[in-house]
Amino acid sequence: MRQPLLALLAKEPAHGYELKLALEQTFGQAYPSPNIGQIYVTLKRLEQDGLVRGQDVAQDSRPNKKVYELTPAGRAELASWVEAPTEGPRVRDEFFMKLVLAPLAGVADRMELINSQRRHYFGIMRSLVEMQAGMDHGDTAARLLVEGAVLHLQADLDWLERCQEELV
Amino acid sequence: MSDAPVLLAARGLAKVYRSGGVSCEAVRGIDLEVAAGEFVAIMGPSGSGKSTLLHVLGGLEPATRGEIWLRGRRVDGLSTAAWAVLRRKHIGFVFQFFNLLSTMTVADNVELPALLAGASPRQARKRREELLADLGIAAKADAAPSRLSGGEQQRVALARALANEPSLLLADEPTGNLDSTNARDVLRLLARAHASGQTILLVTHDAKIAGLADRVVCLFDGMIADDAPVVPGPRKVSAIQDFLELRG
Repeated sequence: MRQPLLALLAKEPAHGYELKLALEQTFGQAYPSPNIGQIYVTLKRLEQDGLVRGQDVAQDSRPNKKVYELTPAGRAELASWVEAPTEGPRVRDEFFMKLVLAPLAGVADRMELINSQRRHYFGIMRSLVEMQAGMDHGDTAARLLVEGAVLHLQADLDWLERCQEELV
Repeated sequence: MSDAPVLLAARGLAKVYRSGGVSCEAVRGIDLEVAAGEFVAIMGPSGSGKSTLLHVLGGLEPATRGEIWLRGRRVDGLSTAAWAVLRRKHIGFVFQFFNLLSTMTVADNVELPALLAGASPRQARKRREELLADLGIAAKADAAPSRLSGGEQQRVALARALANEPSLLLADEPTGNLDSTNARDVLRLLARAHASGQTILLVTHDAKIAGLADRVVCLFDGMIADDAPVVPGPRKVSAIQDFLELRG
């Protein structure tokens, strides 16, 4: 979670707990609720790498809290992360290996493999569609993420159909 | 669903098209049962025989071989006229291109099937008002179909198909000509009809149907390649990250 923390700190300095809340608010259901310990560990590493700088702030009747801010090196790191092209999703290469190899090895029938994989995808589709139906309209990040998952799955199913046409 | 009576059954169903001495077997020996109350989706590549199968099952085209049973009665040998009567009472049809009567209003399109089936004008009107309200298009009752968006036209077509409370709703790519928002709405309406007990047999390319249907039948080359109930994926669906990982 290095980059998301850098991105949040680029907006304004914050302490660990504020960052946890900000992550939850930004991503909603789309991101696992971050573990506060993991956030502290990541902040410490980012500080060691010179990407953020922590400063103790005294609090009345409570232990000091550490407020972090982005360093110029951190800003450069964030910019290069944002600017770098992101790898596209990979084809399900494990399934493809099975599909190509299994009949050669006499282990399984291709049509059966395709059918069982398709049933599996349909099951995931069911879960995603149910998830979509129960989703809060305001949780934009989560909604778009699920929509992305549905579209990827649709592509996987189309590809399965192509494999069926060519290989069976 | 296994306890429900079989509403529709096909045995060894085949459809051969002949043209100029060349014959093409679009459907090649289909065995299929649909239970009352079930929602079954037929999927498969273009040319796999999906639409042909649906048209034959609905009596829009005669079968070449095999049997069709609807509500315990064998119907494959019926005349065109007898099929028309059967459809009027027991089968609703929804098509990809809506097929509304362009010279009639939305209201008349929906009332017509009930009137043809012998309902009084008052009954037909009442049913039409309920359906249009239910499908969210009551305000368009007096409009000509051509004034409606694709999504609205498909709702009208759905209302018309449901007008006589058919035992069976057949839908041929009902979302194939709609944008994603309208497609989702139409699917939602179909799911609602199913939830209230409507038996549905639907042909589609849209895999999202697997999120709504009880069962998916996959056709390939005019035959059934797979026929299985949809079993939800990971039991706990609270965690979206199970499906897609965010990097970072």
